Amino acid sequence: MALPYIEYEKNIIDEGLETGMKNLTQERIDKALAKVLDGETGAKLKAYVDTCVHCGLCSDACHMYLSTKRDPTLTPAGKVKRSLSVLLENRGNITPEIIKKVSIVASTECNLCKRCVHYCPFGIDIAYMMSVVRRICHLCGVTPLYIQDTAHSHAVTQNQMWVKEDEWIDTLQWQEEDAREEIPDCRIPLDKEGADFMYSVIGPEPKFLAQLLYQTAIIFNTAGLNWTMPSCPGWDNSDMAMFTGDSEIMGRNKRFHYEAAQRLKVKRIVMGECGHAFRSVWDMGNRWLGWGMPPVPMVHAIEFYYDLLKSGKIKVKEKYKKSVTLHDPCNTIRGMGLHEKARYVVNELCENFIEMHPNREHNYCCNAGGGVINCGPPFKKKRVATNRIKAQQIADTGAEILITPCHNCHSGMEDIIGDYGVGMHVKFINDIMYEVMEKPEIE
Amino acid sequence: MTDKTNWDWETKEKQISDLNEWKSSYNWVEEPYASPDGEKIAAIVNTDDMEFNVCENSKAWEIEEPFEKAYSLRYSPDGRLIVLAAADDEWKTVVDGKPWETIFDFLWDLRFSKDGKAIAVATQTDGEYCMAVNDVPWKDSYSFITCMTLSDDGKNSGSVVQTINLGQAEVFKFQKGAFSAAVNGVPWDTNFVNVWNMAFNADGSKLAAEVRLNLYDYTIAVDGKAWNSIYGCVWEPIFHPNTNSVIAPVKVKDGWTLAQDDNILWDSRFAQVWHQMVSRQSDKIAAIAATSYGKWTVAVDGKPWDITFGDMVTDAVFSPDGTQIACIGTDSGKYTICNDGKAWDIKCDMVWKPVFSPDGSKIAAKIDKNGKRTIAVNGKLWNKMCDEVWEPVFSPDGSKILCRSVEDGKYYRRVIPVSEF
Repeated sequence: MALPYIEYEKNIIDEGLETGMKNLTQERIDKALAKVLDGETGAKLKAYVDTCVHCGLCSDACHMYLSTKRDPTLTPAGKVKRSLSVLLENRGNITPEIIKKVSIVASTECNLCKRCVHYCPFGIDIAYMMSVVRRICHLCGVTPLYIQDTAHSHAVTQNQMWVKEDEWIDTLQWQEEDAREEIPDCRIPLDKEGADFMYSVIGPEPKFLAQLLYQTAIIFNTAGLNWTMPSCPGWDNSDMAMFTGDSEIMGRNKRFHYEAAQRLKVKRIVMGECGHAFRSVWDMGNRWLGWGMPPVPMVHAIEFYYDLLKSGKIKVKEKYKKSVTLHDPCNTIRGMGLHEKARYVVNELCENFIEMHPNREHNYCCNAGGGVINCGPPFKKKRVATNRIKAQQIADTGAEILITPCHNCHSGMEDIIGDYGVGMHVKFINDIMYEVMEKPEIE
Repeated sequence: MTDKTNWDWETKEKQISDLNEWKSSYNWVEEPYASPDGEKIAAIVNTDDMEFNVCENSKAWEIEEPFEKAYSLRYSPDGRLIVLAAADDEWKTVVDGKPWETIFDFLWDLRFSKDGKAIAVATQTDGEYCMAVNDVPWKDSYSFITCMTLSDDGKNSGSVVQTINLGQAEVFKFQKGAFSAAVNGVPWDTNFVNVWNMAFNADGSKLAAEVRLNLYDYTIAVDGKAWNSIYGCVWEPIFHPNTNSVIAPVKVKDGWTLAQDDNILWDSRFAQVWHQMVSRQSDKIAAIAATSYGKWTVAVDGKPWDITFGDMVTDAVFSPDGTQIACIGTDSGKYTICNDGKAWDIKCDMVWKPVFSPDGSKIAAKIDKNGKRTIAVNGKLWNKMCDEVWEPVFSPDGSKILCRSVEDGKYYRRVIPVSEF
């Protein structure tokens, strides 16, 4: 059944953008452009800009274009034309109003999902070009309110949700205590120096999704692994500063993260089911700091679960009965190629796995990633309306459960499932593994 | 500094405790900690449902009520055993089995002065935050604190504090500055957009910190006064122990370098510079640096070693006379020790911070190899591969090494002549 198109307000008012624009001076604009275009970008950006022949092949890659009766302004090339090209072609005459407009395009109309890179005959990385625009907008102080507030949280607390240091530890102890109802000697070992694994998560887990910490504790304890979590800042691997263009805060947070692991002398970091955080720790933040690769080996939860099942450290008691489909998150699939491992895990855990199409590296984006969902309520309807194609894709599977091993995808999917009336529940792999795994018998 | 002269440097081997017996006495035994002198070993133990205690050398603390929660068990440098523990949701610092008087709603971030005489914690009560040193909380408390620090002598404590309350998503109020640093609870006069990692000078009379002036401009502030220069980014400052000048990594147009009292110190530029350190003895200034992307080394007075490591360099330390530097270098996931640009031949799965002998002729380190722990001295492994070891300690004359280890569940304290390595 074809899902309806949803109309949305084009002229969205966001306090961060409006006030940022009002505060913006010409001097600040010129400084920002000079810093980024003359100092931080070089041959890469020039090659992309000069190489694009506006062939339009990227259009069919974009879920926003496909979801809006093929609105040409929402093609990847169209978005570049409405943002970066405006800045490049009008340098010297850029007004605060223009910065606001390009900020809307770069921050709320592109998820940096890189699907279009696969469609471009030259492999032009439009996500990089959009990130350059976001960087300029950050330096101009014109960014959407809610994601800017999140970047501030990262700057102050080194986590995404203004979680205070005692709240973090208290939450872990609370989850550990609850988990002892199931496994009496279950532990979430804090600051255990020399552990094999450090587990890191994103801010929403202690804030809203503490059951994931509980479930993870059960998984680690059942598998008999020597693990720890840091009690200090550095436990959060997420990164909205990366998406506002605040590279310095991105780097600072990644330094906290990796230095927590270095201090604890762990051999490996395992991170929870988050896509954008993976991009930050594995690619963006570490490299901004000068590390070629993660300085401490790190794996995404998909790889970790794969290893647990493959090695037999976690055994399945009885496979999950409900029909499931799997969403391939951009950052771990297009970004890292974990799609086959994800399928192995889902097939090991679930009886009835239904592929959605297209899939793997060709999958449609959730339209929440890239910081778009973090731009908050003002942009929610637009976000949902510009991802009808994803709602259609998952509805067509007929599955009862949608597995999304990514937090932002998870939230974005819940929104489109609700607003399009798809009638499906969203789960993490963690939820299902916890449900179907063999657990230690209580004596 | 810990006085090691009175430690037992004669007894070659002592079996202090059999941890296997602990495991049969308690529901579970958490990870053990050895005292600095090696004479004691302790762990948090579970005695019943939601009941915890601390066991030290096979003997449980005699406490009035079991703890409902206990964590952060550590020995202070002067050998006292501390744990943060709660009963009835009231948290106390417990030292050698005796709870301190002051009750808090939460305690964390246990830290010590160099000699261990001062014990500091971060505290929260009724949603108000401050530090407490030797059980004395600051007079003033705040809605938020972070980046706690303690002066070497323990007389001064500092942290980042929030001085202006912020409502949800008040981003422009935030950008006017709502954070400062407080020393012993008293905030600087100036607010900043952000304040981070701070350091006291040698006598604890001055405090320097990283600050962000707006969303883009970074600098260093000393006692609340920002440097005049603006940088693209900065990392944590330190004080020169001899001159009281402030030294910090700063990001300038052509890369990272060090600045001293707001003047660029090094002519050289790097892809990264951090963890700078100064030798009081030699006046040398060194830092961990990346000569280019993914090439990590140590730079001494601005000049990098020839050797570079692909993964990272950590835990750099000066020799006691300040003429040498040792650090941990990592390549392709394998760790080793590097001394003045020369790496040990052995490659390990993990290495702990290198320790110099008093005369600087030997370097020892705790290592992890093939799932076992041991000690290495000048690149040679101890002949015992253990379940656990603690970081090696040289005797005051440098002729012996204290090795603290767990083998087959038994904790041993051994004094081994350096010549045996």
